[in-house]
Amino acid sequence: MTRPKPTDYYARDRRWHPPAYAPDYKTSVSRSPRLPLLSLENTASEITGPTFGQNDIAVGDNDLLSNFARPGENPIGERILLHGRVLDENARPVPNTLVEIWQANASGRYRHKKDGYIGALDPNFGGCGRTLTDDQGAYAFRTIKPGAYPWRNGLNDWRPAHIHVSVFGHAFAQRLITQLYFEGDPLIARCPIVNTIPDPAAVQQLIARLDINETLPLDMIAYRFDIVLRGRRSTLFENRMEGN
Amino acid sequence: MTLPYRPHFLQQSLTPLKETPSQTAGPYVHIGLAPGDAGFQIYDTELGQDIAGPNAAGDRIRVEGRVFDGTGAPVRDVLIEVWQANAAGLYPHPETPGTGDGGPESTENGFRGWGRVISNFESGSWSFDTIKPGGVAGRNGRSMAPHINLWIVARGINVGLNTRLYFADEPDANASDPVLNLIEQTDRRATLLAQPVSGTGSAQNPRVYQFDIHLQGPGETVFFDI
Ligand SMILES: [Fe+3]
Repeated sequence: MTRPKPTDYYARDRRWHPPAYAPDYKTSVSRSPRLPLLSLENTASEITGPTFGQNDIAVGDNDLLSNFARPGENPIGERILLHGRVLDENARPVPNTLVEIWQANASGRYRHKKDGYIGALDPNFGGCGRTLTDDQGAYAFRTIKPGAYPWRNGLNDWRPAHIHVSVFGHAFAQRLITQLYFEGDPLIARCPIVNTIPDPAAVQQLIARLDINETLPLDMIAYRFDIVLRGRRSTLFENRMEGN
Repeated sequence: MTLPYRPHFLQQSLTPLKETPSQTAGPYVHIGLAPGDAGFQIYDTELGQDIAGPNAAGDRIRVEGRVFDGTGAPVRDVLIEVWQANAAGLYPHPETPGTGDGGPESTENGFRGWGRVISNFESGSWSFDTIKPGGVAGRNGRSMAPHINLWIVARGINVGLNTRLYFADEPDANASDPVLNLIEQTDRRATLLAQPVSGTGSAQNPRVYQFDIHLQGPGETVFFDI
């Protein structure tokens, strides 16, 4: 029987990602594995992954300005267009992949039964959206800029304005959840979750940039955020003979 | 951040782009990935509810478990994604031979192979229903024992954790599984074995397996860098 020849994904650069144990982010202390991860060469279990199509989502799922709002009403907050592309490490577009986002409202409050922050809920804002990238890997959401919010870590810790982002790619090995921040926010540098990332250059990769050219005059400010998923080796020769 | 798109023919650099760094999914991951569990209705369909639809072949099973932190407390805000092959050991993916052209190796309609699992906010318990996967072709012609791939995210987990669930009632396949055999400390292999719950698995009801995950401490589950 013929089987797909695994063409491996580049190893994840673990020094670019936050370590599991990052004591200034207190919850990580008891939730971090302490034994080394076991490195696994890719098999079909890693180079495959779930696929999604237009049947899985609805038109308008990527419009957080309207996907929870009452007819004729709008959420409160700074209207933004969030857009970018999903690429792999080889700078190739990742088409038809599911991108999901979630965020607090303009007051820094989440529509979640476990969030008890004093910031007001917005009756016209749910706080989640999803879309598929197009054939060039591009995606776009309309939303509002989330507010900063306090959290129990240090006594006076505040999360910078951020949007949570989930991306699939085409392989289980590419699965990624991250958070994007907004250019110019003074809370970024003070955030213990941001600072789990050791390399300042890696932090820069999480900062969405003001995109004045895509900004819609008299309507909404655009921010651009490109996402890079793991790239894949194009194997010309098998490095091991069958049976080894 | 904005990255230049480099067309193929200009790509002479040996320095590839860097993968976007991971950040924790946080305590409110449900808003984005399972809003019904966050407490509101927004989408027509929530994704990941049906791993193996009624049309999927194979033995019906249920997996139940909890995730524990290093103090032994259950993690009550965890989200787990499941990715598994069908009963014939094939993944529903374009790279599976035959997929898309109706060939004999494509997976059956209604088999998604992927699901999302949320823990109960009070007890930390979670469960999912699926079919038992078949063995999957591994590297270099070696076959892998039936297994389910899991990806675990939560507040306090900075990079999603990959592990595999194997079945304790497959001793022969497990003994020759190339991944289980990579685990040098042989007693740690048991952390990846789901145990059948005795007395389950009648014609009407699925067989139940118990699978607890320990993030840290005694019995720390084996996690993979895949
Ligand atoms: Fe958040």
